[in-house]
Amino acid sequence: MPEKAPIVEIRNLFKSYQRGSQTIPVLQDIDLDIAEGEFLALMGPSGSGKTTLLNLIAGIDRADSGIMRIGGIDITPLSETDLAKWRAANVGFIFQFYNLIPVLTAYENVELPLLLTGLSKKERREHVETALRLVNLGDRMEHYPTQLSGGQQQRVAIARAVVPDPSIIVADEPTGDLDRVSAFEILDLMEKLVHEFGKTIIMVTHDPRAAQEAHVVRNLEKGVLTEERGPGSGGKGQGREDFGFRTPAP
Amino acid sequence: MYTLKLIFKNAFRHKLRTCLTILSVAVAILSFGLLRTVVRAWYVGVEASSASRLVTRNSISLVFPLPLSYREKIRQVTGVKQVSHGNWFGGIYIDEKNFFPSFAMEPKTLLELYPEYVLPPDQKAAFLRDRKACVAGLKTARKYGWKIGDTITLKGTIFPGNWEFVLRGIYKGSNKNIDETQFFFHWDYMNETMKKIIPRRADQVGFYMIELKDPDTAAEVSLAIDGTFKNSLAETLTETEKAFQMSFVSMTEAIVVAIQLVSFVVIIIIFAVSANTMAMTARERLGEYAVFKTLGFSGWHIGAMIFGESIFITMLGCAAGIIFTFPAAKAFGSAMSTFIPVFNIETKTIYMDIAAALIVGIAAAVFPAYRAINIRIADGLRRIG
Repeated sequence: MPEKAPIVEIRNLFKSYQRGSQTIPVLQDIDLDIAEGEFLALMGPSGSGKTTLLNLIAGIDRADSGIMRIGGIDITPLSETDLAKWRAANVGFIFQFYNLIPVLTAYENVELPLLLTGLSKKERREHVETALRLVNLGDRMEHYPTQLSGGQQQRVAIARAVVPDPSIIVADEPTGDLDRVSAFEILDLMEKLVHEFGKTIIMVTHDPRAAQEAHVVRNLEKGVLTEERGPGSGGKGQGREDFGFRTPAP
Repeated sequence: MYTLKLIFKNAFRHKLRTCLTILSVAVAILSFGLLRTVVRAWYVGVEASSASRLVTRNSISLVFPLPLSYREKIRQVTGVKQVSHGNWFGGIYIDEKNFFPSFAMEPKTLLELYPEYVLPPDQKAAFLRDRKACVAGLKTARKYGWKIGDTITLKGTIFPGNWEFVLRGIYKGSNKNIDETQFFFHWDYMNETMKKIIPRRADQVGFYMIELKDPDTAAEVSLAIDGTFKNSLAETLTETEKAFQMSFVSMTEAIVVAIQLVSFVVIIIIFAVSANTMAMTARERLGEYAVFKTLGFSGWHIGAMIFGESIFITMLGCAAGIIFTFPAAKAFGSAMSTFIPVFNIETKTIYMDIAAALIVGIAAAVFPAYRAINIRIADGLRRIG
């Protein structure tokens, strides 16, 4: 990967949870740089702190200490309101269970983040239609989540993540609930977002084979970043036949 | 606009639960409306009272009569414009269950003192002309199918014997608060009969109704009347018509208080039902609220959705309750007309229904909204899956 200015700079990050009188350290002295346009996979066993680190980068959780500069802005001192505004403008979210609003159509779900912008209804429509076409769901706009397959729902979620044009997309186990074919589609889409649209993607996964799609893989073990692997370690299509994705029911 | 759409869609996400909640609120609002109307009906006589009328009765009790001779003395008191007199008759029509208030009244002054009893001129003339004439309120006449010219026989309970009257008029109230169940006949007819059968009870009056020249002089005139008969064999108690009516209400005040309490208990019940629905709804959707927050929506948006949904559901129930209150009140009023002669849903009652539903809608959403607004996004997202 060519050298780029890091869009995510994390220094001396600590995070712990309180369980009763016990303090449980989750992240310890994390230093992490993520370049703009990079596709980074965060790996590690359950409870290693992957999702916590992702949440901190996305501004939906707060660190105990440390510096987090995202897109040149130190987000640690931001108030809840400012953080919400920052999130809406800068971060797109893809979740394992899609997290679509069931009473809204695909179109309405994708439109949600745009309601917080000053765009007119017509402008919103253009953006939503573009985003849904990008994920090949231009013909499913009026479908409700329950009328879509898991893969289609995740694609709607991706459209919702990209529609406000954020610089960073965070994905928490985006293929974890999908069958093999749908998982490939989602990973292809994410690659497309990186290569064609220059998005920075940070993906949490516990599956090493899914992580091979990323440019960089970082491992978390008991709250500590332990190793870095470069783009040579994975690559598009490599090992796909061995992925541990769920296969579709017969 | 989008929030409204979301509120509407969310409200009917669990159709059965929402419909049952709406039904509960509707039934409660209907009950609340009916109970408030019963309470109001209790006071309708008080509200219909005129400020320019006084009532004079025996100071010991209404049961004890006053001499007819007091009439002229009362008429001579300064400030008195007109005096009428009468007796509670308490007659039975065919059977005891057929109750309606019946009075022997001096007819001419009665109609002058009570312009709210509206009689067509020909019926009024016929009533005044015929000594055995009677007039009945429209509701009573309708209830028993009476027509002008019909002979009506009442069995006296206080004044023994069977009393025959000819219906010469059917009065209507000048407004909906006027009791249209009463029955009036000539006091002279009763008095003359009493002279024949129980002479010692003749020339005895149950109460005097007095019209004032100036309503502001009610206190002075009352004192003057009572002063006139002080230290006599039958001392008087004069009070405004409102106070006189109120004395009847006071006798049953415990019932009124009980009904009022029950009406407020009904509100507490709908609060519990609505709060339960909203608590379940918000708990189920904590993950979704976290998603909204993740996307940048503020606590205000989340609060608006929860409060909006709660108010929407309770107001739908309120609307249904109000719609059904009118036919229910009509049926209730007609079934209870013997005891509650005036039973009309007031505009104020409707406003109270709406206010109660609104307060319940807001109160029911407070805790769920607080919880949803304050949940940490990470905790909310953890609930999904």
